[in-house]
Amino acid sequence: MTTVLHSPTHFQLYQRTAASWEECPRGGAELLFDGVKKHQVTLPGQEEPWDIRNLLVWIKKNLLKERPELFIQGDSVRPGILVLINDADWELLGELDYQLQDQDSVLFISTLHGG
Amino acid sequence: MVWQVLEGLSRDSAKRLRFVPGVIYVDEGAVCGQSHEDREKTLAQVKLTLQKTGLPWHVVALEEVFSLPSSVLRGSALDPAGTQGGYKAAVGSFLQQQQQQHAPVAEPSPSPAPGEARLCQPHTWGTLGHQGLAELPTAAQTQALCRLFDSVRTLTAKEELLQTLRSHLVLHVARAHGYSKVMTGDSCTRLAIKLVTNLALGRGAFLAWDTGFSDERQGDVVLVRPMCNHTLKEVAFYNRLFAVPSVLTPALGTKAPEKASVHRLVEAFMLRLQTQFPSTVSTVCRTGEKLLKAPRSGPAGPPCLLCACTLDVDTADSATAFGAQIFSCAPGTQLPSLLARAGEPQAPSSSPGESGAQGCCREACKRDEHRACVVEQLCYGCRANLRDLPSLDPLPPYILAEAQLRSQRAWVQQQIQEYLIEDSEDDAAETGHS
Repeated sequence: MTTVLHSPTHFQLYQRTAASWEECPRGGAELLFDGVKKHQVTLPGQEEPWDIRNLLVWIKKNLLKERPELFIQGDSVRPGILVLINDADWELLGELDYQLQDQDSVLFISTLHGG
Repeated sequence: MVWQVLEGLSRDSAKRLRFVPGVIYVDEGAVCGQSHEDREKTLAQVKLTLQKTGLPWHVVALEEVFSLPSSVLRGSALDPAGTQGGYKAAVGSFLQQQQQQHAPVAEPSPSPAPGEARLCQPHTWGTLGHQGLAELPTAAQTQALCRLFDSVRTLTAKEELLQTLRSHLVLHVARAHGYSKVMTGDSCTRLAIKLVTNLALGRGAFLAWDTGFSDERQGDVVLVRPMCNHTLKEVAFYNRLFAVPSVLTPALGTKAPEKASVHRLVEAFMLRLQTQFPSTVSTVCRTGEKLLKAPRSGPAGPPCLLCACTLDVDTADSATAFGAQIFSCAPGTQLPSLLARAGEPQAPSSSPGESGAQGCCREACKRDEHRACVVEQLCYGCRANLRDLPSLDPLPPYILAEAQLRSQRAWVQQQIQEYLIEDSEDDAAETGHS
C-alpha cells in the first residue's frame, strides 16, 4: 500500500477586536510566510468592519513574504486554497463578504501540489 | 487514505478489512531540492508518523532506482485476483494465517496455489516490521540522480520521469515483500487533473489504466485507487476535522509559476474552472470511468519499456505529427550534418584529424542508434517525454539493460522468423476439412 505524503498546507488566524490574534500556518503555507508557523498579529481598528476581502489585502501587505500570486489571485484566494472560518466552509458563510467576529478563526488549507 | 485503512482494520468497524497492509514512503528529497539536513528531518517525522500507525512500513529513497534489476520492467503473466472466487480464496487464506498466528504449536503452512492472490506476507506484521532505508543513500547515488534530473530540459518531462521511477520503485518493493496490490491516495480531483494532463501529453490511449480505479498492467501487482470518489476538498476537511497527522514534503513543482509545466497549467485550469462550475471535476471523473480497457484490433504488440502499456505507435504512418517526430529524430537525418562537420578540414591533409573526426562521427552514429533502439520500444507519450532528455546515459542501468535485451531478442526473432512454426487459422481450417 502506498501513501503519498503531500500534506495540505494551512495556517490559522485568530482575531480579537482589541489586540492580538494568532495565525498558525501548518504544512506548506509557511513557505510563503517566511517559514513561520504561528503568527501573532494585531489588526488595526478601522471604521468599516473587517471582512475576508479586507483581511486578504492586509495579509498580502503585511504577512506574505514572497510570491503573493501563489496565495492570492485578484481579490480572492487562488483556486485550490480552501478557507475555513471556525471550521466551516466559507462558501456557506458568504465567502469574501463574511464579516469577522471577535475570536473567529480563519484557516487556509492549500490543496495544490507544491503550492 | 492510511487513516481510512486504519479505521477499516479496527475492531469497531462494521465491515472489518480482511487484509494486512503495509505503508511505503518514497523519499524524493534529492530531486525536490532538499538539503541533507532537511531530508533527515523529514524522514524522522515520517518514521514517527508511520510507527504510530502500527502497520509494517517501508522507507525507500528514490536513489535506489539505480540498483533496481531489469526484471522490474517485465510484467508477470500471473492474472491478478479480481473474480469472486479469488476474493473468497484470499479471505480464506487471511483467516487461516490469523489462526496459525494464534495457534500454540507452529505448523508449516501450506504454500498457496499459484493462481491464489496473497495480499500481504504476515511476517512483517507489527511495529518491528520496518524495512528498506534506515539511512540516507550514498552521495554517489544522489549525484547520479541529480545528474539525471538536471539533464532533463523541461519540468513536464521531469515530473513524468519522477512518476515513472517512483512507480517502478514501488512495484519492486511490492514484489519483493509479497504484496499483490498497491493502493494510492489519488483523489477525484487529482485524477481529473491527471486525465486532462495525460491527454495533453499524448497518453490518451491509456487513460483507462492511468486514471481508472484499477491498473493491471503489471500482471502480478495491481494498482488500485480507492480514494477516486473523494474530492480534495473532502479529504482536506476530513484531515482537519479528524486531526489526521501529516508530514509536509516539497514537491518538484513547489513555488513554480503557473505555466512552468503542463501539470501545473492543467491543475490551475481545472481548479479555476471548478470554482466557477462546481461539477467540473466530477464530470471529468465520471467521463473517465466510462473509458474501456479494450485491446487494439489485431495482434497485441509488445509493451512499452517504461509504462508497460501496449505500444500505440504505427511506424508505417509518416503523414501524422507522430510520423514527423520519428523522421526528425531518425539517425539518417542527423547523419548528413555530422558528415559535413567531419568533412571540414581542421588541418589540411592531416590524417589523425580526419580519422578523429570520423571517429566522432562513428560515435555519434552509435549513440543515435542506441537511442533509436530505446525509443522504438516506447509508446508515444514516453517518446515525447524522452525528447527532453538529450542523452540516455544518465538513465538508471535497469532501463538501458532491459532495452538492449529486448532489442537483441527482437533482432534474433527477426533472424529466425522464417524457421518458426506458427499456428494459423488456415491450418486449423484445413485439418478440420480434411
